[in-house]
Amino acid sequence: MTDATLAAAQQRQTVDSIQNSYMAQVQRRRLYGGLTLLIFVVLMVSGFNVADDRNAGGFWDGLHQIGDYPAEVLAEAWEKRADLPALIVEFFPALVETINIAAVSTLIGAAAGLILSLLSTRGLARWPRLIPVFRRSMDIMRAVPEIVIALVLIFVLAGGPVPAMIAIAIHTAGALGKMFSEVAENADLKPVEGLASTGANWSQRMWLGVLPQVAPNYLSYALLRFEINIRASAILGFVGAGGLGYELRNAMAWGPGRFDEAAAIFILLFGTIVFFDQISSRYRNRLTEGQNA
Amino acid sequence: MTAADLSLVKTEADALFARKRIFAVALPAIVLAYFVYIFFAFDIAGLTKRANWDNAVTLASDSWSYKTHVTRDNRSGEMSYAVEGERKGAYPEGQRPDWVSGDDIITIDLGGDTIVRLLPEQRTEIEVPGFGLIEAQAEGRTITTNLPEDAPDWINASNRRVAITTPEGRVTITGSKTEVFNYFPGWELFWFTFDSPYHGHGLFEILLGDRIDPTRPNITGALSDWWNNAMWRHKDVAWAIGETILMAFLGTMGAAIIALPLAFMAAKRFAPVMIVRAATRRLFDFVRGVDALIWTIVLARAFGPGPLTGTLAILITDTGTFGKIFSEALENVDQKQIEGVASTGAKPLQRYRFGVIPQIVPILLAQILYFLESNTRSATIIGAITGGGIGLMLTQAIQTQKDWEEVAYYIILIVAMVMAMDSFSGWLRGKLIGRKD
Repeated sequence: MTDATLAAAQQRQTVDSIQNSYMAQVQRRRLYGGLTLLIFVVLMVSGFNVADDRNAGGFWDGLHQIGDYPAEVLAEAWEKRADLPALIVEFFPALVETINIAAVSTLIGAAAGLILSLLSTRGLARWPRLIPVFRRSMDIMRAVPEIVIALVLIFVLAGGPVPAMIAIAIHTAGALGKMFSEVAENADLKPVEGLASTGANWSQRMWLGVLPQVAPNYLSYALLRFEINIRASAILGFVGAGGLGYELRNAMAWGPGRFDEAAAIFILLFGTIVFFDQISSRYRNRLTEGQNA
Repeated sequence: MTAADLSLVKTEADALFARKRIFAVALPAIVLAYFVYIFFAFDIAGLTKRANWDNAVTLASDSWSYKTHVTRDNRSGEMSYAVEGERKGAYPEGQRPDWVSGDDIITIDLGGDTIVRLLPEQRTEIEVPGFGLIEAQAEGRTITTNLPEDAPDWINASNRRVAITTPEGRVTITGSKTEVFNYFPGWELFWFTFDSPYHGHGLFEILLGDRIDPTRPNITGALSDWWNNAMWRHKDVAWAIGETILMAFLGTMGAAIIALPLAFMAAKRFAPVMIVRAATRRLFDFVRGVDALIWTIVLARAFGPGPLTGTLAILITDTGTFGKIFSEALENVDQKQIEGVASTGAKPLQRYRFGVIPQIVPILLAQILYFLESNTRSATIIGAITGGGIGLMLTQAIQTQKDWEEVAYYIILIVAMVMAMDSFSGWLRGKLIGRKD
């Protein structure tokens, strides 16, 4: 036997062992993957069954009734279609209120989030020791659902747009603060150092050194938040905080006979959401593209 | 560079600065004008009039304290003692708080030298330090007192009803009953109600001490009594939180499962037929635009209140959002990997499985986990509207306007739940696709 064949046999052996261990690895991965999938499917199915059990109406009974309510509303709205434009005009102030709640809370929340984000970013913070404090407070602001603050404030301040505004602003400050701070972490520190060498104080360094760098991203996030806040403000209206949601609940409470009003509100809400969705997504695309160019 | 060029550059620069200057003034001015408009539109000035500061005080003090009611029925003379005046918080027959003493004359020591005595013949004496002795007697439906005409404003007296609020507690007397409220800090009966044998026993006693209830071992007995606590309803609360998380989980995962195949139909790369693409995209836009609120209302009509309705509302709305995000991710996949898989003779389905899916899985997972966390919050809100989960319990507790300690408890639980889901999804994201920071 020559050296060459021996080497070849050895090589084949190593190739075989590599192949074997590779196949074993593949099989193990498949097993794990399959098990994960199985657990996931079991979780989904049993979760669905639990949800179905604890619901007032069953899934399969309700399934063919999904269309009933929209059909009723549409039928009645169609019957009274002549009134629809007048109703839309009537509910327009409520829509303006809903948008105002969203806009004000986005403005206030973004301003608060801006300050919080700069205070909680490494390298930029005014008081580096307090970074964890600001981070935790943003986490808590983010974690409290708007409806919790809104309901408590409605109890104290009575219904109306102000509780909703405060509730959404607090949540927005927490949510935007986190995103802003992620952007600010990647900001170039050279302008900040340059400003510091001229004797600029902290707010001047932030305003002139950091903000121009991060403004497009911040604006884009704030626009996205505005979009989300319109939906939130409609929902909060439904629990008594004024605006379109409040009108919707009143119209719904009446049931048949006032479905034309419900339909008008549905149309307004849908139209508004789609409108601001399109505008903000177009503007956001321009902002982020402008940065890449 | 010539002088002409320089002046041109200079005018351009000047114009730019002028524009920036105008912008720097105009933008804050617009925002300020908007706030002024809002000040009037939202009637902020009238807010102080509408606001109910008594409610705020109740809310602030009640959320961390409780009151025990001592009630005498002025018709039958029967006494009852109950935490928060609720049946489920009542002291068992023959027991009463240790600050109540006496048999014929019942003496209630509210603390701080404020003492209430319930005398026979429906008479009541209240000793208030610095004011003197107040005497009141209920006869039929009228109440006679020794109070002067110009009583201080912490006393509210008429011949039908007398209410006295002291820093130590409150007394109300009507023809039918005399009620004394004594306030204490803390969440009373949080662990065990009075009917449980474990009430008043410490943790060590329960864990290590002798058997308190002869029929059950201490730990299981205590756990089951705590779990079935009628006052704080720990079992219902746990179920409600479970329902809320279930809504978020099922809704998010269901939406992802439905959105993934649809996203292929909306991506230019994979759906060459324009009509299919446009139709799918419009479907996503529609589903997203209708918004969770309207879906919740429509679905609640079909399925009734409960977690299933909330699940489906989240599922439908997020199908639109996921569809949009996934199809954008699919547009950006690298063609080379698909070609590589195709060159081994893979069929279309295999090409998708091995050429496309591995590329988009990190984006998909990141988005799904992010939404799982944010949907936990949405599920709380949707639950409040459609009636399921912790959101419903919270709205109910707020609407009854008296169990503020329960409201505080639920709020703490909700915040803890959302933060736990946040860190869980962050942890899972780190495990599955590597940590970003």
